[in-house]
Amino acid sequence: MSAVVNAGRSDYRLPMHRRRKVINVIALVLSLAAMTFGLVWLIWILVETFLLGVDGLRLATFTQDTPPPNTDSGGLRNAIVGSLMMVSLATLIGTPVGVLSGIYLAEYGQRGWFGEVTRFINDILLAAPSIVIGLFIYAVVVAPRGGFSGWSGVLALALIVVPVVVRTTENMLALIPNSLREAAYAVGASKYVMIKSVTLKAAIAGVITGVLLALARIAGETAPLLFTALSNQFFSADLSKPMANLPVTIFKFAMSPFENWQKLAWAGVFLITLGVLVLNILARMLFHKKD
Amino acid sequence: MNSETAAATKARTKMTVRDLNFYYGKFHALKSINLDIAEKQVTAFIGPSGCGKSTLLRTFNRMFELYPDQRAQGAIEMDGDNLLTTKEDVALLRAKIGMVFQKPTPFPMSIYDNIAFGVKLFERLSRSEMDDRVEWALRKAALWNEAKDKLGQNGTSLSGGQQQRLCIARGIAVKPEVILFDEPCSALDPISTAKIEELIEELKADYTVAIVTHNMQQAARVSDYTAYMYLGELIEFGETDQIFIKPKRKETEDYITGRFG
Repeated sequence: MSAVVNAGRSDYRLPMHRRRKVINVIALVLSLAAMTFGLVWLIWILVETFLLGVDGLRLATFTQDTPPPNTDSGGLRNAIVGSLMMVSLATLIGTPVGVLSGIYLAEYGQRGWFGEVTRFINDILLAAPSIVIGLFIYAVVVAPRGGFSGWSGVLALALIVVPVVVRTTENMLALIPNSLREAAYAVGASKYVMIKSVTLKAAIAGVITGVLLALARIAGETAPLLFTALSNQFFSADLSKPMANLPVTIFKFAMSPFENWQKLAWAGVFLITLGVLVLNILARMLFHKKD
Repeated sequence: MNSETAAATKARTKMTVRDLNFYYGKFHALKSINLDIAEKQVTAFIGPSGCGKSTLLRTFNRMFELYPDQRAQGAIEMDGDNLLTTKEDVALLRAKIGMVFQKPTPFPMSIYDNIAFGVKLFERLSRSEMDDRVEWALRKAALWNEAKDKLGQNGTSLSGGQQQRLCIARGIAVKPEVILFDEPCSALDPISTAKIEELIEELKADYTVAIVTHNMQQAARVSDYTAYMYLGELIEFGETDQIFIKPKRKETEDYITGRFG
């Protein structure tokens, strides 16, 4: 058949092609194995959290405050409210600072020592262990003021939000092709208008994604709150007083010998995991809607 | 030109497109295309933007398969085998059907390595054999004189026109039977364009060439056969002289005379 003619002409290509196909299969199997290894732990964590967390979850979890030890009742209401307040305030403070700094780095300070230094320091801040940030706020805010407070917790969390948002904002703006900037200038736009109406608009999905991911990150941070907001056994919406929050409550309850506290700790873990999962899914959906 | 066209009528058919339909998701982009591509001739595809000419070209080496929502139905026969359904590995298929893209795509490596890249995939050559092959491909692509003293330099250090000829050399080095050109000159200056056109003329001595172009004069200059496409349909297909001098269809005439498109 004519297929034979065909094969005859490209025959010399076959040996090396076969060898490459074998290598390809080996590489594929190895990378699939690596991926499976990583996924197994992740799914295990999710399943375990879900099973133990759902077990500790009941209506009282949302309507009652953290109980004294060795009781059967109680919930996490004060911790949930405290966490929501501090996390959202920290995001509200950190986002504008982060986005504006990111805009500066991407649109004004690409070159020059100031941008370089800022970028470098931001990267250090991005990699700083959160316990360092907690201790820092303890040293400059908590100790001089003579007490733990919700505000100091907000400040510590905001300090974690800022570098994440700076990085993502700068990266997203850097992805916008320069031809788009030139086109905006070409119709007579000023730099301010160009950024506000063209580049930032084109990058907005990515910027919001960065904010959501920063939010997801601080939702579970324990160390910065341990030295700042501390915790509170009772319900309090006063940010100048110590404030209950989920991560520290989980830390305290999980380490305790009391079964009821341990159950509540798992319920808290479940709530945070669920929250982070939802935020990540939202971020993904937002980012994909762009195309 | 006349003697060439006379020869063209006797040319053997290299590829046969039969009842080819193409879909981008639900969008029906090519509607029942039928045509023959003559061996060692240049076949040009013209038509307004979005008419499906690039889409058609990208079915010939199954490049569309990289995108999950794109699919082709029908037959593209080459040497008696349907390319769309053949058992032959697509990598081997693409080694036989080279492609040059709109924007030059030199790999981030030296000029020499750019050309050796494809060769190394299928052949184990000694250093001197590879040297010969690189020189041969660069000569075929009319780039040898400009590049011979800087084979170790990065491919991106060449000018746009030179980069495009480097890409042609890279395709030729694998010794394909067919070369597809997808608007190869649209990012080039007129002098570089002239060189590429001249090169295409020379290439048809050894290769079957299919070229998509926005430039009708280019189609008239370089091709033996021309296909005019509009809205996913093949409106008219024939010898280039006939298409440009005496088109049979009114639509074709309107397009080539600039009354439309």
